[in-house]
Amino acid sequence: MSRRFDLKFYASEGLHSIFTHGFMSFAAVCMIVACLLIMGSFTLVAVNMDHMLGQLEDENEFLAYVDETLPEEDVLALEGKLAALPNVSQVTFTTKEEARENYIESYELDEDFEVFESLPDEVFRDRYAIHVADIEQMGETVELVKQVPGVADTSAMLEVAEGFVVVRNVAGGVAMILVAILLLISLFIIANTIKLATFSRREEIAIMKMVGATNAFIRWPFVFEGLILGVAGAVVGFFLQWGIYQMITAAITRAEGTGLIRLISFGDMALPVIGIFLLTGFIIGVGGSLVAIRKFLQV
Amino acid sequence: MIRFVDVRKEYDNGTKALRGISFQIDDGDFAFLVGPSGSGKSTIIKLITGEVAPSDGRVMVNGYNLTNIAPRQVPYMRRTLGVIFQDFRLIQKKTVYENLTFAMRAVGSSGREVRRRVPYVLDLVGLSQKGDRYPDELSGGEQQRVAIARALVNNPSMIIADEPTGNLDPQRSLEIMTLLERINELGTTVLVVTHEKELVNRFSKRVITIRDGRLISDETGGYYSNEQKI
Repeated sequence: MSRRFDLKFYASEGLHSIFTHGFMSFAAVCMIVACLLIMGSFTLVAVNMDHMLGQLEDENEFLAYVDETLPEEDVLALEGKLAALPNVSQVTFTTKEEARENYIESYELDEDFEVFESLPDEVFRDRYAIHVADIEQMGETVELVKQVPGVADTSAMLEVAEGFVVVRNVAGGVAMILVAILLLISLFIIANTIKLATFSRREEIAIMKMVGATNAFIRWPFVFEGLILGVAGAVVGFFLQWGIYQMITAAITRAEGTGLIRLISFGDMALPVIGIFLLTGFIIGVGGSLVAIRKFLQV
Repeated sequence: MIRFVDVRKEYDNGTKALRGISFQIDDGDFAFLVGPSGSGKSTIIKLITGEVAPSDGRVMVNGYNLTNIAPRQVPYMRRTLGVIFQDFRLIQKKTVYENLTFAMRAVGSSGREVRRRVPYVLDLVGLSQKGDRYPDELSGGEQQRVAIARALVNNPSMIIADEPTGNLDPQRSLEIMTLLERINELGTTVLVVTHEKELVNRFSKRVITIRDGRLISDETGGYYSNEQKI
């Protein structure tokens, strides 16, 4: 009489009970969607901040001006010395003539273009553009570069670099703490929602126990119910998140025409987002139903 | 088969429900268990169904020793029993047919077994025509027949009926009791817990009388002599 795992039966019982307890199921899905949206929104903001800061970090370089009294071969030899310093990832030499041209080029469209064009080469200095590997150690690297003989001066915006690091670290930390708290809260809410659903079915559970159903048999339909609710919440949450993200992206682009803020397009993140949503929905749905059903299986 | 050997039950709150009871109900028997409220009848039912464990003594049900049964074994012991209650305990959202199907699927029966067994049991209790009705569309007597069908559907060797006629008028009560008698004639052991003296006296069966947690009398073919003994 007793049979092995009957997937079709458990799944159909779980699905059936979702519709019989329509309101509870709706409430549970809404809770999962709400939790996922809150979590997802914070995470997407954090990811975007990280991305923007990363972009700024990529461009992070400082200039080392070369002493004019240095002979030309020594000037070129400096490149090797600078590149050998720790934390230096790239060294690019620019002569003062090239520097002037670059400078003029960047103001080509400006009204006062003639003023810049007439600047003599002597205003500019030969310089090395130095990229650092780790922005957090930029201060130390600048000090090292200053001590290299032949380097007359450096120009680095250390305050800006340090500011980036602080903002990024704070944002990342806050996002992680928020996600952890929200995960706990949503698991608690889902457990309670499913507990209410099992409470409304305590009569059926009592009958099942009376006729000799095993605990595993009683548990499985609830696990499937939680699983289906969790996955449904994840899918609904994903599409809502997509819509919200598109709306916000459009609003930011409209309000801020300079193109300074560059958001990641949702398409680039869709796969990880749906993956994380499904996994989270699965964990809250199944975990919540297991927590909820536990006390009904005693006796 | 049920065998109680000097069974005592004291609840956590100190209530002494049973003070040493011994009796045996053999396979194929029909027995009434009678006694006033608070005499320990409910405790005996709960001991048989494994809802509570005895404080002392030995309880054997269909080959299972319930004094030290592993929790994992309890569901399999319960499959040897069919239990009927005063309040029917049917699922109101399910039809008669679905109520029976539910009980069969709960112990892992296949769809084929269900389709073969349910019509047979419905016919046995005289409800072949009412499989698609919901419990609230049926009379009390009919609902109790559904409950009896559900108790029988998994083919138990014993039926335990806890005040099965408590909610029914005398005519329906008689019908239910006659149905239980017929089920007993088909080979199933039947234990009926009841208050109803009139009904007990109409059937010449074994009557086990308890009071204050003790056995007062156990007479085969005897009757429920309320006035003299209680």
